[in-house]
Amino acid sequence: MKLAYWMYAGPAHIGTLRIASSFQNVHGIMHAPLGDDYFNVMRSMLERERDFTPVTASIVDRHVLARGSQEKVVDNITRKDSEEHPDLIVLTPTCTSSILQEDLQNFVQRASLSTTADVILADVNHYRVNELQAADRTLDQIVQFYIEKARRQGTLSTTKTPTPSVNIIGLTTLGFHNQHDCRELKHLMADLGIQVNLVLPAGASVHDLARLPQAWFNLVPYREIGGLSAQYLANEFGMPSVTITPMGVIETARCIRAIQSVLNEQGADVNYEPLIEHQTRDVSQAAWFSRSIDCQNLTGKKAVVFGDNTHAAAMTKILTREMGIHVVWAGTYCKYDADWFRTEVTGLCDEVLITDDHTVVGDAIARVEPAAIFGTQMERHVGKRLNIPCGVIAAPIHIQDFPVGYRPFLGYEGTNQLVDLIYNSFTLGMEDHLLEIFGGHDTKEVIHKGLSAATDLTWTTDGLAELNKIPGFVRGKVKRNTEKFAREQGITEITVEVLYAAKEAVGA
Amino acid sequence: MTTTAPNALNVECETGNYHTFCPISCVAWLYQKIEDSFFLVIGTKTCGYFLQNAMGVMIFAEPRYAMAELEEGDISAQLNDYEELKRLCLQIKRDRNPSVIVWIGTCTTEIIKMDLEGLAPKLEAEIGIPIVVARANGLDYAFTQGEDTVLAAMAARCPTPTAVTNTEERNPIQRLLNFGKKKEEVQAEASQYHDHPPLVLFGSLPDPVVTQLTLELKKQGIQVSGWLPSKRYTELPVVDEGYYVAGVNPFLSRTATTLMRRRKCNLINAPFPIGPDGTRAWVEALCTTFGIEPQGLAEREAQTWEKLADYLELVRGKSVFFMGDNLLEISLARFLIRCGMRVHEIGIPYMDKRYQAAELNLLSQTCAAMDHPLPTIVEKPDNYNQLQRIKALQPDLVITGMAHANPLEARGMSTKWSVEFTFAQIHGFGNARDILELVTRPLRRNQALAGLGWQQLV
Repeated sequence: MKLAYWMYAGPAHIGTLRIASSFQNVHGIMHAPLGDDYFNVMRSMLERERDFTPVTASIVDRHVLARGSQEKVVDNITRKDSEEHPDLIVLTPTCTSSILQEDLQNFVQRASLSTTADVILADVNHYRVNELQAADRTLDQIVQFYIEKARRQGTLSTTKTPTPSVNIIGLTTLGFHNQHDCRELKHLMADLGIQVNLVLPAGASVHDLARLPQAWFNLVPYREIGGLSAQYLANEFGMPSVTITPMGVIETARCIRAIQSVLNEQGADVNYEPLIEHQTRDVSQAAWFSRSIDCQNLTGKKAVVFGDNTHAAAMTKILTREMGIHVVWAGTYCKYDADWFRTEVTGLCDEVLITDDHTVVGDAIARVEPAAIFGTQMERHVGKRLNIPCGVIAAPIHIQDFPVGYRPFLGYEGTNQLVDLIYNSFTLGMEDHLLEIFGGHDTKEVIHKGLSAATDLTWTTDGLAELNKIPGFVRGKVKRNTEKFAREQGITEITVEVLYAAKEAVGA
Repeated sequence: MTTTAPNALNVECETGNYHTFCPISCVAWLYQKIEDSFFLVIGTKTCGYFLQNAMGVMIFAEPRYAMAELEEGDISAQLNDYEELKRLCLQIKRDRNPSVIVWIGTCTTEIIKMDLEGLAPKLEAEIGIPIVVARANGLDYAFTQGEDTVLAAMAARCPTPTAVTNTEERNPIQRLLNFGKKKEEVQAEASQYHDHPPLVLFGSLPDPVVTQLTLELKKQGIQVSGWLPSKRYTELPVVDEGYYVAGVNPFLSRTATTLMRRRKCNLINAPFPIGPDGTRAWVEALCTTFGIEPQGLAEREAQTWEKLADYLELVRGKSVFFMGDNLLEISLARFLIRCGMRVHEIGIPYMDKRYQAAELNLLSQTCAAMDHPLPTIVEKPDNYNQLQRIKALQPDLVITGMAHANPLEARGMSTKWSVEFTFAQIHGFGNARDILELVTRPLRRNQALAGLGWQQLV
């Protein structure tokens, strides 16, 4: 037993349902008690989804406990088959069904005899895997199922497309900025002259899966989801895959170079160097940003990074290598894949933190007192409490992390978004800090009625000169605070001494 | 009580394939209500994930609740339940020092038959903090019924007069009302009340609503001697044989049963004080029980309705469909029919015809008075079937969960998220406007955005 208030990665069935709901016309049926269909609420709220989430529950209640699910699961599967006519029904076990140990596989076999839809049982164990691992597995399972099926039916198309093409694997519902990343990646592929064969699983139809081997290679943008499927396709069809996340200027270039060599090995004869050069100079502003004075001011500032493997590792690389920021520690909650993370960030941060306990992360933030945090919603709240700005870079996320505006994290437009995210986090912190130094937040007391400059106070030359040294955005406030102080003290002439006495008085 | 009148309401029962919150969600409002409590939900990641996401920002406010997350070793009994719970409860005692720890049993503890009721008294004696066990799980209950299981367990903990030497001193409301008053004044005030047997109300409500309802009864000379639950566990009301009890919410069947059977109380079966009609009927039922002639209630109700005129204008003649997920549906439907709305269907997770008898009666009477056909009550609804009916009926308003709200809106249907009714203040005369504020919000939105031509966006 473990005392826990918060978790970074959800239970296994969430991962399976994310995959099922990403495909077109695939229906998830959870073997679960009443109330476990909370996934539908999340999907409907966070993604502001217009369609009904294709997930229903085969309810486990008292009767099921006493007599077993018996016909119930089979009935629910066949019923859903006739109501919705899905291509595939994924029976999804939950923590409850894990311990009931019913033979769900048997239900699946029986049900599939009378359904038009294919039926599979998601091969995930609640107590062994989390949301991300389950998603990776389920995707792999579905891919394998349809490849095998196509092979049996002789409909598998293994002939490569005439021009270079790619499968982009691992884009899912409820994935962090996935829909924007998807658009950006398609855009990037178009720029590279690569035809997108299939995007998986988001928006794909299971009928398309037989076309997977046509692509020249697979691109797996995220570490957590898609790796198993790519591995399977590599083993079966010798399809190479590129698993470098194109996040940040350097990594995007590295990803493109990897694609180049994969294609050239298959005789494409492409050279992407001019494109990388052009994009880095003209499309992405990140390279220029790193030279600009704005970024220079960030040199050596302390930051901490926490998130999933993909985003935390990429963020650490960007902060350290592209912006000269001092990453004190970088961490991940993907404990099951911690070695990968360590390898990726070694040499780029002082310390690596592997944990899924938010209190450990919180304490580590408090100990370091960074100038900015890049983490999940949980770290954002820690930041609020400690008055440290936070940029959200990974799930768990809230509705505000599902913007409708175009906000990719990947590709060249992604580098622009990241510049804003990082720079805004740091300047916000700086602004806050200056406000603190020069007299705190909005003064509630009214000094004057009216906004005219008419005043009985005079500023001496040195006082005024000092006032003008204060950054513009807080100058007005400092002026008001000083004048208020002067009035309270009965001072009519404001000198530099009065200015600082006022500042001290406010600070005290 | 006139509970025997046969009502011709048609009650159907479907498959129970509907969306609702898991009953463990009750910890979210109960830990805020009972200020010195700590709620420990003994379950899995699934439970934790639900709480974390459903409770949104509340999770970040250092909540006095936590998961005791079961691991594989707990399921296969490689770990000792008692030792594990002891370790966690001692940690809670050390960090938070609560006056009570409430264990919420979940589906998993049910299935592996963890004997929480048996472990609690032993551990309670060992660590010196009361441990209350409530089995609020998704196998047996829906959403608000979670509170019912907790309050039923709490009812057993309410002290008896013999256990409390000085009742007056202990009673928080009394103490609050008497604060700073001289003894003579207190006696003078006591005379404002009729001489009636002690009345204890049950149901967790926000403190302002508690005050409003208490004062509403004071106007009739009825003294509320306690509320279950109180602001603090240490202030649970005295309950003794022969006391009168009344529920303020429709989902408190088990609590009512416990108070009647275990604590030998008399249950006043009344409609619930939701809407001005419900509030009046509730107060009247209490008065009738104590043989008191209600004073000025008709005027009070009329005044309340008057103040709702603008909202009534909006809802009149509009139709509404309750998909059913929180058990407030009967009372809300009854109120909305009185407001002039047409109710197509009242979906409800669970229908206790005895506990809700007076409310059901008032519903039938309201239908008769408003010339409204008796609506069908659908217990354990089937959301899929309901969506087909909604498609056919095209109601003006669907009161539903968040899973269906956006998809329905995209199909041109107006919806109101049902969960808001459980968190908003909806009880008493003073809060009737809040209910209509919620009900009319989609209608007002429709007015504000009329003529844009993009209602259907699928």
